[in-house]
Amino acid sequence: MPNSSEPISCVREKMMAGIWRENPVFRLLLGMCPTLAVTAAVKPALTMGLSVIFVLTCSNIVVSLMRHLLKPHLRILMFTLTISTFVTIADLLLKAFQPEMSATLGPYIPLIIVNCIIIGRAESCASKNNLLVSIVDALGMGIGFTLALCILASIREILSTGAIFEIQIIPLLSNGGWFVPWAAMSMPVGAFITLGLLLGLINKISKKA
Amino acid sequence: MRRVKYFIQQSWLLIAASFVFGLLIAVTNAALSEKIEQNRIDKIDNLLGGLLPQAKSFQLDSQLELRAKGKTIKSNLYKALSASGEIVGWAFNCQGSGYSDKIELLVAVDKSFEKISGFACLASNETPGFGDKITTTYYQNQFEGAPTKKLELLKTGEPSVIDSQIIAITGATVSSQAVVDIINNAIEQVKECIQNKEMTSNAK
Repeated sequence: MPNSSEPISCVREKMMAGIWRENPVFRLLLGMCPTLAVTAAVKPALTMGLSVIFVLTCSNIVVSLMRHLLKPHLRILMFTLTISTFVTIADLLLKAFQPEMSATLGPYIPLIIVNCIIIGRAESCASKNNLLVSIVDALGMGIGFTLALCILASIREILSTGAIFEIQIIPLLSNGGWFVPWAAMSMPVGAFITLGLLLGLINKISKKA
Repeated sequence: MRRVKYFIQQSWLLIAASFVFGLLIAVTNAALSEKIEQNRIDKIDNLLGGLLPQAKSFQLDSQLELRAKGKTIKSNLYKALSASGEIVGWAFNCQGSGYSDKIELLVAVDKSFEKISGFACLASNETPGFGDKITTTYYQNQFEGAPTKKLELLKTGEPSVIDSQIIAITGATVSSQAVVDIINNAIEQVKECIQNKEMTSNAK
């Protein structure tokens, strides 16, 4: 909760909560659809993460500004309307300036509308807090989500192609190297296994701490 | 009257927000739609340029409706023009079902519709490591120069020989067959359409 006497430590606290203690993917298990679907390579994962940061920040700002005007029984409708507006804008921006990524991500960008991280933050944070706290919360959660996606995607991309960010780092057997790519890693099964192992690892680390 | 007032009281924010957000999207769309359309044209031009290197520009000729397994599929027919404005080839997109999802192809043929100049994959979702090899040169080069009569898929053979026999990708017979079927089905119909059109234009 906001503490006006110590705004800076409160900001840092909120930010870190999104990145580690309440990481939307690893701790809250929210937004599993994009986490599993777009993490075959780092580039689409990063694009997805940045789009979510954009939508989350904009929707948190709007929801926080109109939080006193919201009628309880119409609030979810208002959240969805706000989110879908910004998702459509993000989709158009990607189509115009990153057409290749937009084609790779396909329907997953419009599907940010139903990403429960965003509506979850609107409901539990932005509709109850002031503008500063809402923005910091959106950035923290968004960065946490992007980091989680990128970690998952780098593991999968290395194992499935020997490359990271499309730069070859392990020589493939077919090009005279030694590494045989794991095709399964770029398929859904690779996403489930990697996510499961990562969740176990994170649980182990946080139990020790 | 009291009811109307009550409704307005409850929903004014929603109504106002709908208008504001609608306006926001409309402005963004108006600002970006030209660039999005340009991107789409550039992508097709780029792909076609690779398939028909002798062509200088591409023009949308007409929109066809192709039959595929009882469904009709819209297809764009492009004509490739040389620097002096002569037709040097044709290209059209077509689609059909692959192993795990639909495959959408862009097929280029020469101007007399006798030889395939090549194809490019617009959209596919085949198995990584196996079916997705339909986008590699090993498979695609077999189509460059193949005749436009019925293509046939073989499991073994010499892929470097250019004829109507296409050698399948090891471990991806279904995907290889799907591409051959899509091309066979579409070429026949597009050929018919062009011949009909030439006949009508000659009759005039």
